Amino acid sequence: MSREQTERWAPLILLVLIVAIWELTCTVFAIPEFIFPSPLEIGRALAEFTAPIALAAWQTFWVTMVGFALSIVVGVLLGFLVGSTRLAYAALFPLLVAFNAVPKAAVVPILVVWFGIGLGPGILTAFLISFFPIMVNMATGLATLEPELEDVLRVLGAKRRDVLMKVGLPRSLPYFFASLKVAITLAFVGTVLAEMTAGDSGIGYLMQTAGSQQRMALAFAGLVVIGAMAMAMYELFSYVEKHTTGWAHRGSENV
Amino acid sequence: MQPQGTGPASFVDFQDVWLAYNQELLEKQQFAVEAINLRVREGEFIAIVGPSGCGKSTFMKLTTGLRMPSRGRILIDGQPVTGPLKISGMAFQAPSLLPWRTTLDNVLLPLEIVEPYRSNFKRDRAQNADRARKLLARVGLDGYADQFPWQLSGGMQQRVSICRALIHEPRMLLLDEPFGALDAFTREELWTILRELWLEKRFNVVLVTHDLRESVFLADTVYVMTKSPGRFVVRKEINLPQDRDLEITYTSAFSDIVHELRSHIGAIRKPARAAPAQTKETAP
Repeated sequence: MSREQTERWAPLILLVLIVAIWELTCTVFAIPEFIFPSPLEIGRALAEFTAPIALAAWQTFWVTMVGFALSIVVGVLLGFLVGSTRLAYAALFPLLVAFNAVPKAAVVPILVVWFGIGLGPGILTAFLISFFPIMVNMATGLATLEPELEDVLRVLGAKRRDVLMKVGLPRSLPYFFASLKVAITLAFVGTVLAEMTAGDSGIGYLMQTAGSQQRMALAFAGLVVIGAMAMAMYELFSYVEKHTTGWAHRGSENV
Repeated sequence: MQPQGTGPASFVDFQDVWLAYNQELLEKQQFAVEAINLRVREGEFIAIVGPSGCGKSTFMKLTTGLRMPSRGRILIDGQPVTGPLKISGMAFQAPSLLPWRTTLDNVLLPLEIVEPYRSNFKRDRAQNADRARKLLARVGLDGYADQFPWQLSGGMQQRVSICRALIHEPRMLLLDEPFGALDAFTREELWTILRELWLEKRFNVVLVTHDLRESVFLADTVYVMTKSPGRFVVRKEINLPQDRDLEITYTSAFSDIVHELRSHIGAIRKPARAAPAQTKETAP
């Protein structure tokens, strides 16, 4: 196998290895299912409850997507504002940092009071947890402009808007796509968090219920599904990133 | 021996120009450049040499109208400078090309911004592209128009940067150590290219450099600047033939001029070494 092929298959091989060790450990030490289910038992739970799991996964997925879409809109707008005007940066940035440090688990009960049990808190938590990286990356991309290039354009009578549109925005695109990858995984965390504490549907709710009934295999099945969804979305955005802003990655691969 | 000057009026006219970068520095009487008096003929190629941080880049900002003087007056083409001068094109040591644009689109960038090209950019696209390709061919980049900057070598990127500075046919080209990051052979090649372009189009050039050979080979007039205070101390007309070949840099006449300029800088440096306050960049 060539080095490149090895690299491509490495994650899968590692996964298989971990699953095998896990299975072996559970069997050898006869760990009961309600404490730590073996992969086989999780697989069985997945097969047995396919329909409810798929329903919950779909629910979690679209709630996450709505929250994520919100965070793209707000993150881009705020990032643009913060990255393009000094005053906005000075005024907004410290507050946003403080806000980002607030544990979102602590916010969910407040959201429940405002929006009730259900979808509202899920969407909002996904949004609250994931807009920050998008905003920061947008702002960074816009703010890193060579002074020489700015002189070249300013002397031609370029307005701030011209410089932002011609240089700032394209330059911030790779930062933006990189942030999407991080943000989408965070958005899943947000949704599941809200579903667990205040949901009546979705994977988080399913896991919460399964856990309270000591059906650990089902709870773990939920984890697997969330992990798979987040990974798939991450890969999707990596693909989009590579194919839209290849110029920013020319060093690491042979474009 | 000097190029045919166009009338008595000077194209660039600095009248006792002083610049402090902000109000605070002005109150402390700390100037980045002081007492600049300078007259440049239309179509003249001048070079400014001096130690780093002597205010050469400040001089460029003043000439292009990106900075207003704290005292004194600057006239360009008889008009007082009141803001960024669109008749100028600039290129720096770093080519700073946009990596997401092809070479051609990088060269066309100024036309998307400066009037009158801006309003008709879409309409005249083909015509503009044609002009850009010709300019690229002129600097030896025939066939590279559709390549991306990262596919070009450092010297090629710098040529693109110079084309970008020239695409809107500026009357004044400002170059801030444009060849500083290139290897010696590439640098000399670009010297001849720049010289040919200038002989052909006769725009004004202000070249900031600390390469004395470069300044003597390229310019009609070389100015030597001192650091803190940033002043012009020597003006030297280079009486070499207009058609200059790289061979000329190995003649004794050439070396004599370089040597003479060097001695001015040497003389300047001695008192500077004695003074403790040093190495402060004048840039803000």
